[in-house]
Amino acid sequence: MSVALFEARQLHKRFGDQVVLESISLKFEEGELTGIMGPNGAGKTTCFNVLTGRFKPDRGSVRFAGEDITGLSPRQIARKGLSRSFQIMNLFDDETALDNVLIASPGVRRRGFSMWSDFGRDTAARDAAFAVLDRVGLAAKADAQAGSLSYGERRALEIGVALATEPRLLFLDEPTAGLGAEGTARVAELIATLKRQLTIVIIEHDMRFLFGLADRISVIHWGQVIAEGTPDELRENPWVQRSNLGMMS
Amino acid sequence: MLSPPRHAPLVTTPMLITLGVLATTPLWLAHVGLYQYLALEIMIWMLFALGHNLLLGYGGLPSFGHGAYFGVGAYAFGLLQLRGGAGLVLGLIGAVLATAAIAALVAAFISHRRGIYYALLTIAFGQVAWFIAGKWHTVTGGEDGLLNIKRPDLSLGFVDIPLRSNEAFFYFALAVFALALIGLWRLVNSPFGRVLRAIKQNEMRAAFVGHNVWLYKWLAFTISAMVAGLAGALFAMAQQSAYPNVMSLHSSGFVVMMVLIGGGLVSFWGPVIGALVFILTRDLLGAYTETWLLWYGLVFIAMVLFQPDGVAGGWQAWRARRALAARDRGNDKQNHNHNVPLAAQTRET
Repeated sequence: MSVALFEARQLHKRFGDQVVLESISLKFEEGELTGIMGPNGAGKTTCFNVLTGRFKPDRGSVRFAGEDITGLSPRQIARKGLSRSFQIMNLFDDETALDNVLIASPGVRRRGFSMWSDFGRDTAARDAAFAVLDRVGLAAKADAQAGSLSYGERRALEIGVALATEPRLLFLDEPTAGLGAEGTARVAELIATLKRQLTIVIIEHDMRFLFGLADRISVIHWGQVIAEGTPDELRENPWVQRSNLGMMS
Repeated sequence: MLSPPRHAPLVTTPMLITLGVLATTPLWLAHVGLYQYLALEIMIWMLFALGHNLLLGYGGLPSFGHGAYFGVGAYAFGLLQLRGGAGLVLGLIGAVLATAAIAALVAAFISHRRGIYYALLTIAFGQVAWFIAGKWHTVTGGEDGLLNIKRPDLSLGFVDIPLRSNEAFFYFALAVFALALIGLWRLVNSPFGRVLRAIKQNEMRAAFVGHNVWLYKWLAFTISAMVAGLAGALFAMAQQSAYPNVMSLHSSGFVVMMVLIGGGLVSFWGPVIGALVFILTRDLLGAYTETWLLWYGLVFIAMVLFQPDGVAGGWQAWRARRALAARDRGNDKQNHNHNVPLAAQTRET
């Protein structure tokens, strides 16, 4: 069996006396889209935070592209080609949509300590940033301030900023949170176009959304992975059926 | 919000106006009842405030102890001259480097903090510096400070230009100010400046897209303090002395008030406006009443309550309203142009 692009083993995380992640093991294969689901408070977002370096795990290891990245800082993890979006949006609100993407780009990261050159003059980086905006459907809003965009547009920009770092593996934390049916459909469409271009992991409440997109799904509950498999396999799973998902198929 | 121009030219119109007005002061200042030394002092505070705003306005990092670095620059210049026999250029460079060394050390202790904790740490370090300046008699001269600091001649190799008169020294300081102004303008419009602003808006996201947030904050503090040190060195020459008072919490507070009243949070030019308003108020109001700072303080409170973006913010809001009105008029005539975002029309130049 081939080595997975990303592998977390036996992750354990507690806050005070509360054990949030009991023992989580996850594998994400290159090029696949994996969904992570589970009820509220199951530890999904904490799991993401541990995987992307926001929290250090108490025990367990995380490997990415054959390298041990356990306990590295978010910055170091981002530089290795892992990127994430946030459930509660984290944008640079005073900047234009284009500059949000530009600031996240590897080009600006490399030139970040250049103190004399003009930020606005790097047309190659600007074109690349514009291409990212185009991918997330915000090309027409390039010059609008991020803070002035509509909720749905901000959701798209949230993904755009994560994409701008040119990741190999993209984590999306509830990309449809707060969106209506139409907005959710648009995000699904966007993610479908990204699928196969890079490895994607999505936390999502909306099961219909996830079952339509994911190659594999992991169900997290009580800080553990309680079920794993393809969407078809999971439809047979008792827990999934109990959560009324069976009615979907 | 500090909207930068897409392309930042090396020299801009407001820059030319500022430098032009300052350069002509020897011609008209006396005729309006003021004096040349005032322009010199205002310019030095402008420089100090511009440096402070790199940290506060662009980095969102509140330093309430910046007087310390102004003071370090002044003392370092004085000591290099009085003890080391340094001339003008060497003295200035030495003062800036000495400030950089101390600020870099302080920055190493505070750069993992932000907000109120950051502010408190800057106050603590500022107080330490002020205390040392007041007590370490053998080096700093204690409460009296360093006296008899000279304005050395500017040596160009083939000719030595004396800077003893206020006018001559003013022009030298203006040249230094112009270089620092261009440098700071470049800096805030460089990738460094833009990432720094992004950190101010969302430190966590900046880290998650791979920026070394700590290093940016460390550098911003150090550079900002270096500018303060440069201003302090010029001030030592202007005053021909260096004394602990400039390092006090008081003095650190003045520069914050300048930056905020002028509108440093929304404009590169805020600190320039603020320093002008502050020193002019001090002089004009101070001529009538000893309690000028009380009145200034009340104005400051009113500003923070009703016009938190300062003078520059008021100006930008007025321009935005005008642009909006003009756009509406344009829309009435022919219904186009409504897709141009307002932000793009009111960019700072």
